[in-house]
Amino acid sequence: MTGEAAIRVKDVSHQFGEEGEARHVVALRHTSLEVTRGELLCLIGPSGCGKSTLLNVIGGLMAPTTGAVEVSGKPVRGPMPHDIAFVFQEHALFPWNTVIENINLGMVFQGVPRAEREARARRSLEAVGLKDFAQHYPAQLSGGMRQRAALARALSLETGILLMDEPFGALDEQTRMILGEDLSVLLSRTNKTIVFVTHSLGEATFLADRVAVFSARPGTIKEIIKVDEPHPRKPEFVTSEKFTSIRNELYGLLHEEIRKTMAESGMGTAATGSVL
Amino acid sequence: MTPSERKREKPLASRAVQITFLIVLLVLWYLATTRWKVSPLLLPNPVLVASDFWTILRTGEFIGDLRVTLTELAIAFAISATSGVIVGYVISRSQYRIRVFEPLFSAIYSVPIILFLPLYVLFFGLGPASKIALGATISFFPIALNTIAGFGYVDKVLVTAARSMGASDVQLFRYVLLPAAFPIILTGMRMGFTVALLSIIGSETIASLAGLGHRIVHLAEGMEMAPMFAYIVFVVAIAAILNTLVSTLEARGRRHG
Repeated sequence: MTGEAAIRVKDVSHQFGEEGEARHVVALRHTSLEVTRGELLCLIGPSGCGKSTLLNVIGGLMAPTTGAVEVSGKPVRGPMPHDIAFVFQEHALFPWNTVIENINLGMVFQGVPRAEREARARRSLEAVGLKDFAQHYPAQLSGGMRQRAALARALSLETGILLMDEPFGALDEQTRMILGEDLSVLLSRTNKTIVFVTHSLGEATFLADRVAVFSARPGTIKEIIKVDEPHPRKPEFVTSEKFTSIRNELYGLLHEEIRKTMAESGMGTAATGSVL
Repeated sequence: MTPSERKREKPLASRAVQITFLIVLLVLWYLATTRWKVSPLLLPNPVLVASDFWTILRTGEFIGDLRVTLTELAIAFAISATSGVIVGYVISRSQYRIRVFEPLFSAIYSVPIILFLPLYVLFFGLGPASKIALGATISFFPIALNTIAGFGYVDKVLVTAARSMGASDVQLFRYVLLPAAFPIILTGMRMGFTVALLSIIGSETIASLAGLGHRIVHLAEGMEMAPMFAYIVFVVAIAAILNTLVSTLEARGRRHG
């Protein structure tokens, strides 16, 4: 691995509730990870494996039960709006504000001087291809456009790190594909460090420089697979042999863990077992 | 026909049905007093009521009672809106308080509080004070409940997003919680206003010294049926105007909220 670490996760564990309580869940156990500056790391794993928890811990939205996270050499103790921007699964745009107002508000929260806001908002809207929709309300946009707007808001904050929690999870396959391609182009230009949570093997393979595969709950990183393909990635990459073999490798790693998760939740019986 | 024309025609048609219904009612009323010989002590002639209504408007004799009722309403609503929003907000800040107080307020809201009017009269006298206290009590609950709903159930992802971008407590309130809660609080205020109006006029008819409700009962006791009906029409008109006004304000507030 070349380059310095933008994010250092050191032996992080997280549990919800106290031991003995009914709602006690160990979401994440003894996880360590380094994310290099400028790299896109995908987190993939069965439901409830703790990948979103890890993302929230990195972003300072949740304090880990044990362990520590460092971002750009600083310990994470809460949200770090100057270093880290989020894109959530549900777009999280303020429905009472237009797209441009949403972007401006993010910058107000972050403390960007008024004079800079307009140019930054314009640049980020152009980057995601939404400059003709600045005056629209979120409800007037399609799901894909809302996620673009949410991405524009995150980009306008000009943070070194972008944390994306299944940002395309609620979108249809075609929209995801296009957004994925656009994101890859965007990345190659901005040199941001990105941690991207996804359920989709194809999305992970297409976007990531490395894919961290989680084990079943209580989750930890089981294996990290490298995707050695320069950004921006071409649509042809999807049909290449390299893509298929990496995707299959991920599938193999994940399949076992999904089985375990289902068995634990009582769904892995003979009847549903044949579905997979 | 374009779809938009069809859309416009529909409310027009239902409006016509509504108006026809009212006209039929008026005609039946007229026939009852003329052809079917219903006693004028039970049902006065609508023409007579109309002329009395006109007299009330022309002479302005309603001003005193209207002022009493509207003043009671304004004070009661000011009290319940302020306290309802403050109490609702404080409760909404803790899941525990929401769990305790929301069902409690809902339960009290479903009790006909007007039953306590005798108690209010004992405490506050026959004058406007008892009407104000009763109106404020009754309208407090819908306002407080809607404020709890508005502030207590703001989409968590919006709060998380604002926090992740560095929003301070004040910014979170100003840019996220308030705009999220505002339309719901406005609805609570409209509901509160309506029940305050109903309960104040209602309690004026039961025990009072002045006000529109008092005037109606006073006329009824004097068997002056035509002016009494005229006053009823007047109160209905005032209530309709106030409700339209408040609904318009609510709709406007929602747009700008």
